Amino acid sequence: MADVLLLQGVRKSYGGGASPRVEVLHGIDMALEEGSFAALTGPSGSGKSTLLNIIGLLEPPTEGELRMAGTLSSGLDDAARTTLRNRYLGFIFQFHHLLPAFSAEENVLMPMLAGVGRINRDDRARASMLLQRVGLAEHAHKRPVQLSGGQQQRVAIVRALMNRPRLVLADEPTGNLDTQTAAEVFGLLHELNREEGTTFLIVTHDPRLADTCQQQFKLLDGRLL
Amino acid sequence: MSFVWTVAWRLLREGRFQTALILGGVCIGVAVVVYITAIVNGLQATIVERTLSSQAHVVLRPADRNNQPVLRVPAGTVALADIRKRTQRENTIANWSRLLNVVKATPTVTAAAAMAAGPGVAQQGGVRKSVTLMGVSLADYQQVVRLDNKLVSGQLLLGSGQVLVGKELAADLGLTPGSRLRLQSASGTQDSVQVSAVLDFGIKDLNRRWVLLPLRSAQNLLGYRLDITEIYVRTSELHEAETLAANLSAATGLTADSWQSSNGQLVTALKSQRASSLMIRVFVTFAVALSIASVLVVSVVQRQREIGILRAMGTPATRILGVFLLQGGIVGLVGSVFGSLLGGGLAVGFTHIAKTEDGSPLFPVVLDSELFISTALIAFAVGVLAALMPALRAARLDPVEAIRG
Repeated sequence: MADVLLLQGVRKSYGGGASPRVEVLHGIDMALEEGSFAALTGPSGSGKSTLLNIIGLLEPPTEGELRMAGTLSSGLDDAARTTLRNRYLGFIFQFHHLLPAFSAEENVLMPMLAGVGRINRDDRARASMLLQRVGLAEHAHKRPVQLSGGQQQRVAIVRALMNRPRLVLADEPTGNLDTQTAAEVFGLLHELNREEGTTFLIVTHDPRLADTCQQQFKLLDGRLL
Repeated sequence: MSFVWTVAWRLLREGRFQTALILGGVCIGVAVVVYITAIVNGLQATIVERTLSSQAHVVLRPADRNNQPVLRVPAGTVALADIRKRTQRENTIANWSRLLNVVKATPTVTAAAAMAAGPGVAQQGGVRKSVTLMGVSLADYQQVVRLDNKLVSGQLLLGSGQVLVGKELAADLGLTPGSRLRLQSASGTQDSVQVSAVLDFGIKDLNRRWVLLPLRSAQNLLGYRLDITEIYVRTSELHEAETLAANLSAATGLTADSWQSSNGQLVTALKSQRASSLMIRVFVTFAVALSIASVLVVSVVQRQREIGILRAMGTPATRILGVFLLQGGIVGLVGSVFGSLLGGGLAVGFTHIAKTEDGSPLFPVVLDSELFISTALIAFAVGVLAALMPALRAARLDPVEAIRG
């Protein structure tokens, strides 16, 4: 199968000029197959967040190439990278980061509304289907504060899937949940990976959860082991 | 609904306290602007109307006769000659019916009336009063200066041997409609006439001096033969009277005075009043813009993380910009609606407080749809402009930094 994500010789450094130059990533090569379920692990300070931001097209690499679903990201301006993010990527954050002013359903619809500018009946149908899939049909019109931590994270997960992305990036999606809820949420990610065929790349600290993934990338001091 | 509308509206609705603050600011600002504009416009319209109620908009008089220098001096040479103004003869306008037609045919002139005016004495019993004899054709004169609203008693009739007098003169001489009095010109010609009506011109001095009589009688009394001394002109473009005066002067060769040049101090006072009210409005608008901008800046800082998430999930920066610009616009527009109501209400309330002795309002406030529409449009534009700085700040947020907080 084709690679959804391909990184070649990606380096990232910060500073320069007056402040000392610090290289955080020292040449990363990695490839993610379409439909795979991968974990990215490593101690804090190993460069996980930076790598995730680069893969998420939120910051450009200092050196090296990144291909997202075949599109070369270098040389793209902010508007083009924004469009790529909207079309090909889904984000799940450690703290659900739902928008408090909007209901669960509106939060799920938001990536479509944000990218296309408006939503149609099919989008609404998909949003309620996704909420139903994660057992939140009756909570669709509740605000995030009215939901439990696990429910909030499930809304955030289906929000990431709304635009049928090629790759979902999850940054410690269970880091904020108790062990049992964390296991349930992780199980849900596995199921959605199979059902929707979406590729997942999950940053986690938890080795037991990481072991359930088909593929594991271990990052140490800015290099993949 | 589109993204920009949905998010802008929702953020305003959620930030209740901030939205209330900002709306309050806009509302008060707009109310002040509407109130001041309504009061000043009403006041000025009333002052101008009262001033012009017994005046023509433009008055044409005979041109001055000047002495011509005997020597033509070449350029660059100074003539040590003292050219004095000639002692004026009784200066009148002859062959005036042609000029009157020229005046009437000029654009924006709605009416014109001939007048033969001069000094005279009114006598009743042993009392003599110095007056101004004003010979007019009543029908023409009334088209230039309204008289029906100045009638105190009697009937507006000006047949041969009839006169209209001001109420102070009537009181001084003990005249009522039907009374007779004797008019005498400076040259000594006399005529006995009957009062047909007593008028109130609104100014005591005029009430004491003005005597309106038929044109022909005035010409006879004053010895003008068939000449007149003034042409009174009314125009539809009140504020263009100066231009009209210049045009009429050029077309007729007469001296033309607009109401503005005859009431120089009043015009200056009106202008400075308008300028000061404009200054107030400009500064209030600035204050409103600053209050919108400052509240939105705080809102952007508070919602930094949400903006970052929206950017991360692929919201174009232009849409974020639109969200905050629209918030400014909505706040401006909604605030202007409430502010217009408040300001209009205050202005109407003011007319109930400020009353003349007889209980009628001191002056009517001018609340027209033009004022409200222009206020709303300006408020919308000011809202959008004030939101520009916070909106740019929101649009330029780096999603990584914003989410990290």
